[in-house]
Amino acid sequence: MTFEEIVEHIKQSLSEDVVLAINEQASPKCIEVPAEKLVELMTFLQSDDKLYFDSLSCLTGLDNGPEAGTMEVIYNLYSIPFNLHLMVKVTLDREKPMVDSLCSLWKTADWHEREAYDMYGIHFNGHPDLRRILLPADWEGFPLRKDYEEQKYYHGVTVKY
Amino acid sequence: MANQVQYIFDDKNLRVSEPSFFEGRELKREEMIVNIGPQHPSTHGVLRLEVILDGEEIVEVSPHIGYLHRCFEKHAENLPYNQTLPFTDRMDYMAAMNNEHAFAMGVERMLGIENDIPKRVEYIRVVVAELNRLASHFVALGTYGMDIGAVTAFFWTMRDREHILRLLEWVSGARMLYNYVWVGGLFYDLPIGFEERCLEFVKYLKPKLAELERVVIENKIFVDRTANIGVLDSDLAINYGITGPMLRGSGLKFDLRKVDGYSVYPEIDFDVPVGGGKMGTLGDCWDRTWVRVQECYESVKIIEQSLEQLMGDHKRTRDFDPRAMVPQKIRPKAQDFYVRAENPKGELGFFFRADGRSDIPFRCKSRGPSFVNLSIINELSKGGLIADLIAVIGSIDIVLGEVDR
Repeated sequence: MTFEEIVEHIKQSLSEDVVLAINEQASPKCIEVPAEKLVELMTFLQSDDKLYFDSLSCLTGLDNGPEAGTMEVIYNLYSIPFNLHLMVKVTLDREKPMVDSLCSLWKTADWHEREAYDMYGIHFNGHPDLRRILLPADWEGFPLRKDYEEQKYYHGVTVKY
Repeated sequence: MANQVQYIFDDKNLRVSEPSFFEGRELKREEMIVNIGPQHPSTHGVLRLEVILDGEEIVEVSPHIGYLHRCFEKHAENLPYNQTLPFTDRMDYMAAMNNEHAFAMGVERMLGIENDIPKRVEYIRVVVAELNRLASHFVALGTYGMDIGAVTAFFWTMRDREHILRLLEWVSGARMLYNYVWVGGLFYDLPIGFEERCLEFVKYLKPKLAELERVVIENKIFVDRTANIGVLDSDLAINYGITGPMLRGSGLKFDLRKVDGYSVYPEIDFDVPVGGGKMGTLGDCWDRTWVRVQECYESVKIIEQSLEQLMGDHKRTRDFDPRAMVPQKIRPKAQDFYVRAENPKGELGFFFRADGRSDIPFRCKSRGPSFVNLSIINELSKGGLIADLIAVIGSIDIVLGEVDR
């Protein structure tokens, strides 16, 4: 199945407004979906007979900076039986980044989402256990945001040197 | 600066920085919380496990990670691509060549020069990557043997790994963190005489592998400790994003070297070993270990065939320059890019976003196989005994450098 066929198949099976935009420059090619339709689309992609995207390879959080005012979450899907790749992107408001969790579909999303929360402060609604994963629990701020400024001291240790 | 206070000690610090997950939970009668790590030899690094035990039986495990977090992604957002490359060595430091290969391949594809790389360079990359895969599997097998009481395996594998590290030191000048594979080429060509010495090593290694398999892996005590322990079926494995020998141990024939066919792997003849539940259930700890041993044989095959090419069709010439295709300026056009490659531990992926205006990636995310594979630990060890937890951790084969990045 080519990328065009996948997009056509999604549009026919769900609705036209699920796919906001497509990006053919990306590799694998990318579709952008509205955040509120994400779980619906992912459920379809995972269980559809023709696509069967059974593996969530990678989940990336991304900050476009304060000027753009948006954050993104990028999902890299792979279908083992059909050897298909797909990138799915949601754009979130930077002030209140929030998107539904995919933990109920892929267990692997658990740690990936915790990492995205840890680094960007993106809230995943419905995540069973949204804690920091790599950083200490009392770390201040989200370090991969573009306007991040590290705290001065951490338990008396100078952070910047 | 010398007499400045470095750290203000407070016994509450640990409680606020790394709070216990199970604390305050209502425990049933006979249940207790046991803390393992972060400093413990059998957690293979700075991994902290909080375990609820009922007698000797595990009720739940909660891993704490991040003790080795070195901000790879933050560094990558501040450095040009070629300067990020040495940092990838430090992710999975047991298989640095494989990491470099994956990263360099991703950047080359973004630049669109992946087809211009000379064949000799690609074959050299495959040789060093497979040597490193052997070294990584040796550490996995050796330490796994030691974890469950067979110290012989550790000595044997360390002895053979030493040969590999010396070969790679000869190639690159470093023993573990090489910075040898560059974007667009290599640091240097192979040293003169390397091919012959490497063939000699391969010849030496084959009987040693057979010996290891016979004496350690098929040993009755080893089988008793690992068969039917930590059984993972392939559906759950895929749902958890498990890749590499762990997924193949569950019986799924999925190897990115075959599926994606990157570099010169399509030109090389090798098999993908999968677990078959020979000693117990499909997808148990023994299957995963067995797959690693079989992969060593396949790596040897790949090395032999690549060396044949390096001494035959693509042999060393006086004017061969491995840096000929190394770009002076790495500035990919604006794009999102995900690249993946088969590491000894599984699928290593890099997500890049290039903005097309600078030499520095806008975002570089690494998807480490150890990180993803470790997330299944609760599922695998639940209901087993505390001694089996050690067997399960070892069979996952994690490197904390990659879990925490």
